[in-house]
Amino acid sequence: MNIDNGKQQLILGEAAKIRQGLSGKLRDQIATTVYQEVEEITQQVVTKERPQKDWDRLFDRWVTSKLLGYPLMLALLSLVFWLTITGANYPSAWLAKMFFGFQEVLSGWFRSVGSPEWLHGFLVLGVYRSLAWVVSVMLPPMAIFFPLFTFLEDLGYLPRVAFNMDRLFKKAGAHGKQVLTMCMGFGCNAAGVIACRIIESPREKLIAILTNNFVPCNGRFPTLFAMAAVFMGALVVGYNSAMGAFLVAGIVLLGIIITLLVSWGLSKTLLKGEPSNFTLELPSYRVPKVGSLIIRSVLDRTLFVLMRAVIVAAPAGGIVWIMANIGIGDQSLLAHIAGFLDGFGRLIGLDGYILLAFLLGLPANEIVVPILIMSYLAGGSLMELDSLAALQRLLLDNGWTPLTALNMMLFSLLHFPCATTLLTIRKETKSTKWTLLAAIIPTVIAIVVCFLVATVARLWG
Amino acid sequence: MGLTNQSTGLMAFLNDLQQEAYQKAEGLVALAGNPNTGKSTLFNALTGLRQHTGNWPGKTVTLAQGIVDCQGKKLMAVDLPGTYSLLANSVDEQVARDFLYLAKPAVTIVVVDATCLERNLNLLLQILELTPRVILCLNLVDEVTKKGLQVDKAKLAELLGIPVVATIARENQGVLELKETIRQALDGKIKFNYQCKSYSPEIEEAIQQLEEILKSQLPEDLNTRWLALRLLEGEESLLTANGGRSE
Repeated sequence: MNIDNGKQQLILGEAAKIRQGLSGKLRDQIATTVYQEVEEITQQVVTKERPQKDWDRLFDRWVTSKLLGYPLMLALLSLVFWLTITGANYPSAWLAKMFFGFQEVLSGWFRSVGSPEWLHGFLVLGVYRSLAWVVSVMLPPMAIFFPLFTFLEDLGYLPRVAFNMDRLFKKAGAHGKQVLTMCMGFGCNAAGVIACRIIESPREKLIAILTNNFVPCNGRFPTLFAMAAVFMGALVVGYNSAMGAFLVAGIVLLGIIITLLVSWGLSKTLLKGEPSNFTLELPSYRVPKVGSLIIRSVLDRTLFVLMRAVIVAAPAGGIVWIMANIGIGDQSLLAHIAGFLDGFGRLIGLDGYILLAFLLGLPANEIVVPILIMSYLAGGSLMELDSLAALQRLLLDNGWTPLTALNMMLFSLLHFPCATTLLTIRKETKSTKWTLLAAIIPTVIAIVVCFLVATVARLWG
Repeated sequence: MGLTNQSTGLMAFLNDLQQEAYQKAEGLVALAGNPNTGKSTLFNALTGLRQHTGNWPGKTVTLAQGIVDCQGKKLMAVDLPGTYSLLANSVDEQVARDFLYLAKPAVTIVVVDATCLERNLNLLLQILELTPRVILCLNLVDEVTKKGLQVDKAKLAELLGIPVVATIARENQGVLELKETIRQALDGKIKFNYQCKSYSPEIEEAIQQLEEILKSQLPEDLNTRWLALRLLEGEESLLTANGGRSE
C-alpha cells in the first residue's frame, strides 16, 4: 500500500477544498453529534434504581476541599514517611549486621588462600562493602514505601492530589497533570519524565520534564531518611521518628514549592504561554487488593530499583576503593580531589567528600551515601558500620554538624538529575539544549539554596 | 515519510509484531478504553503470564502484548494506552488511533467502567466509527449495584449492534465468556451491526465527495468514511502515515 506524493497532494488538496466549503467547525459538530448519541443510549440503558448515598462524592467533598485538601495531603505524606522510617529501622540494622558479619567471613577466606591485599581491598572493602550498604540502607525503606504508595495509587487518591494542586500549577503557568508526573517521579525521575507524555501541550510538557527532578526519587529517599535520622538525632535530645518524618515531609514540600517557582519562572521566560485547560476524571475510590499490590510493588518497583542500584554500586565501590588507595605524594587520589573541592563545598555548607560523592553518584543517586561512607572510612580508622548510630559517629568524626546534614538533604533534593534521567530527557525532548538546562537549573538552585542556608546559619552562629 | 510513524514508533511496533510471536498467533486483538476502567487488569486476566512489555524505538511506544488462548485459538492481544478519545491530542491518543487504523485488529475489545457508562461511551462511539468489529466489555459490574444503578446489557447490545459482555476483571469473572465471544467473532458467528450516526446533510455531502476521491485513489480495505472525516478535520498525518508503511 503505497500512496505516492502526487496522490497525497491530490487528496489533501481536494480535502482542503471541501473543508473550506463547510460552515462552522467540523470537529465541534462531530463532537455534538457523538454526545447526542451518548446521551440517547445512556437514557435508554442506565436507570437509577434507588437514590443512594454517593460515598465517593461525600469523600471528595472533604478530600478535595479548599480547607482540608492540603492538610490532609501533608498528613498522609508524613504518615507514609513515618511508617517507612520507623518500619525500616530494625530490618536495616539487622541486614547491616548480617552483611558486615559476613564481611569478616569473606576476609577470613581471602586471608586463608593468601590473596594479595589489594585484591581483598578491591573486592571486599570496595565492591562488597558498598553493595552491602546499598542493600541494607535501601531495601527496607523501599519495601515499605512502595507498597504504601501503590496503595494510595490504587485507592484512587492520586488524581485527587492532582485536582487539589491544579489551582497552584495553573497559577505557575503549568499543567495540572504535571502533579501526576511528579507522583511517578517519587518512584523514579526517569519514569516521571516519560510520564510527561500525558501532557498534550509541548510547552507544558517541557516544564514538567525540566522540573520533575525536584521530586525526590527513591534513589534519594534513603539518603533523606538517613540524614533526617542523623540530623534529628544529633540536634534534638529525645529524637523520635515522627520528627524525622516531618523533616522529610518538609523537604518534599520544599521540592514542590521549588517546582512551582521554577515552573512559574520558565513560563514567564523561556517557555511563555497560557496554561491549557483539561478535564481530570476523579475515578471511584476502590479498595486495593493487598496481595497483588504487594507483589506488584515488590517485583515491579522495589526489586527493579534495587537491581539498578546494585549494578551501579558494585563498580562504583571498587573505583572509590582504588581512588582511596592510590597515593599521590602523601595523600590518596581521593583525598586530593576532595581537597580540591573542599573550599567550595565548605562555602555551601558541605565538604569536598560530599561534593565528590554527588559527582561520582551521577550514574545513580542511590550510591551517593555509600560512596561518602567509603570515602570517610578509607580516610580514617576502619570501623564496623552496622547501625545509624555508627553512621552518626562516623559523620561527627568527620566534622559534620546538623547544618551539614540539612544541606546534604537540600543538595540531594535539588541537585542535577541522575544519568538515566538525563538520558531519558534527551530521548524525550530530542534536544541537547533542554537536557543541559535540565541539569543546570537544578544544580544552580541547589548551590544557591545551600549557600544561603549555610550563610544564614553562620550569621546566626 | 509519515509523521505519525516517526513520532510514535508505531511502524516499528507493527513490524515487530509481524516478525515475532505475531506470526504464531492466529489473529490480533486490541484492548482499548478510558483510563481507570480496569483495562490492564482485564488484559492480565486474558493473557495470564504470557505477556511482555515491548519498548520500540522512535518516540517509544510502550505497549504490552500477550497471547490469549481462546478455546485453542491463540491470539495476540495488545493493550492500548488508556485514553478518553481518539482525537490524537496526545501521543497516547495518537498511538491508540493509529494502531486501530493501521494494524486493523480482527476484534477490538473496548473496556468501559459500567458505573459511569456515559463518560465512557464517547470513546466507544469514536472507535465504532473506525472499526465496527468491537466487543463491548462492561467492566466493574459489581460496583453498579453498589451505586444503586442498573445497566441494561441486552438493550445496550441491541442499540449498538455489537456483543456486550459483563465482567469483573479483578475477580476473573466474565473473562471466560469474553474469550468465547472473541472466538465466535473470529469464527464469523457474530454479526457486527453498528450503524454510524449521520451528521448534518452538509457534512454528509462533504464526506461523500471526499470518499469518492479516496475510493478511486486508495486501496480497498481502508475505512474511507472515517478517513474522509479525519481529513476534513485537517488530520493530514493519517494519509502520510499510510504511505510510510511500505517505504
